Amino acid sequence: MKEFMMIFRNEKNKRSNPSPEQMQAMVKQWQDWIGGIAAQGKFVSTNALGFDGKTVDSNGVITDGPYAELKEIVGGYIIVKADDLEGAIKLSDGCPTLLIGGKVEVRDVMVFN
Amino acid sequence: MQDVLIPQLFKTEYRKIISVLCKLFGIVHIEIAEDITNDTFLLATETWGLKGIPKYPKAWLYAVAKNKTKDYFKRNKIFTEKISFELKHSQVDLEEIDIDLSDKNINDSQLQMLFVICNPILSKETQIGLALRILCGFGIAEIAEAFLTNKETINKRLYRGKEKLRLEKIEIEFLDGINKEKRLGAVLTTIYLLFNEGYYSSTRNIKLRKELCIEAMRLNYLLLENKNTCRPEVSALMSLMCFHSSRFNAREENDGKIILYNEQNKDDWDKELIEKGEYYLNLSAKENQITKYHLEAGIAFWHTRINDSKEKWESILQLYNLLLQIEYSPIIALNRTYALSKARSKQMAINETLKINLNNNHLYHSLLATLYKNIDSKEEVKHLKSVLKIAKTENEKKLIRIKIESALK
Repeated sequence: MKEFMMIFRNEKNKRSNPSPEQMQAMVKQWQDWIGGIAAQGKFVSTNALGFDGKTVDSNGVITDGPYAELKEIVGGYIIVKADDLEGAIKLSDGCPTLLIGGKVEVRDVMVFN
Repeated sequence: MQDVLIPQLFKTEYRKIISVLCKLFGIVHIEIAEDITNDTFLLATETWGLKGIPKYPKAWLYAVAKNKTKDYFKRNKIFTEKISFELKHSQVDLEEIDIDLSDKNINDSQLQMLFVICNPILSKETQIGLALRILCGFGIAEIAEAFLTNKETINKRLYRGKEKLRLEKIEIEFLDGINKEKRLGAVLTTIYLLFNEGYYSSTRNIKLRKELCIEAMRLNYLLLENKNTCRPEVSALMSLMCFHSSRFNAREENDGKIILYNEQNKDDWDKELIEKGEYYLNLSAKENQITKYHLEAGIAFWHTRINDSKEKWESILQLYNLLLQIEYSPIIALNRTYALSKARSKQMAINETLKINLNNNHLYHSLLATLYKNIDSKEEVKHLKSVLKIAKTENEKKLIRIKIESALK
């Protein structure tokens, strides 16, 4: 099996301020989805990204926000194991990002020997 | 009286004497420590049989072990000179050799031995075997029965293990000097496996199984008692073992069979052990770190709650979700899916189970059969038939056939 990374992209729209209950419900949704992948023995690692960040360019200019000039922001990623890209795409089924109009970018992880 | 007393003392005192002696001689000479300890008990058997049991049997054993050690040094003068460096006595004055059998040194020595035995250069099987032999005072026959193998295999395994410790020149370390996190992890794994060996063992000997579990808890307790090793994950493991043990009396049938969780009489659950489990679970939350022991203890906690509730199964599901991210195993995956059926819906759980695809696992088919019950009897029967194919004993097969018949009605 090979490793693939799913990158979660969302439009940087009206970042709602979820209530603690909503937050908890979201966490459960994510955990259920990740748990489902892990239950197949295909989970490698994951991280969620926060909203704090800055962008550094090649001129050393630092701009505010991790998503200064982009419409989309990366909300996080997961690395999974699958036989091929098709298999990895199948695992994205049920990803909470997709339920709120976001996208999941599935990429193969390069291995250098 | 003597028939009971000596085996009993062997269980409690053998490990203490041998640990102290190993520390004195060094692991390289573990066999000498074993010989002296064995001789001590042999002499006890002979003498007590003739002259009766001494007033203080424990003190008698310690005194004899001390004398035998001193005799050993006397008889092996050359050897003594050779190892005197290792002993860190520049000049071995026989009268001054301190064979420290104080409570503190006994406890420290046992812990130090535990770290030596749980050295990752040894296989886990060997670690558990050596721990049972040296730190739990188990006989070779008992260890063989626990591992469902013969005495010869165990003897060989233990011998090779000791050889390896000797050849690799493993030394007894001071507890505050041990690279704790890594080494403690290895020790906890061994204790955890030892407990599971008892809890899930296929041997029918209930007494032996219980003893394995109790010994795992006792070793874990040694870690909790020492300020150097008393870490949150150690409390978490203790909590887990307390929760599981609380069902010991409820789950055993007279013939050594296990009564399943759902069919147990909940009144037989040991409330005191459940409370202990809660106590250690609280202790384990001292730091932010979450280990698999924390998660498993959390799941075990919820299983001690008698009534089904939404909160119970939701919590169990979330704990399994996290556990699977730390460690995958087919059993955890199937348990997680069962929790999903309880917390969400059977249909959702069916979909997720099918994705797991463990076709050769009888628990996989059992779970699917359970989930399809009252939903799709054709699928239920199909999976029951798969279980039937994998089932080993006639008893199991009979039970499955009954289930198939009732599903077909």
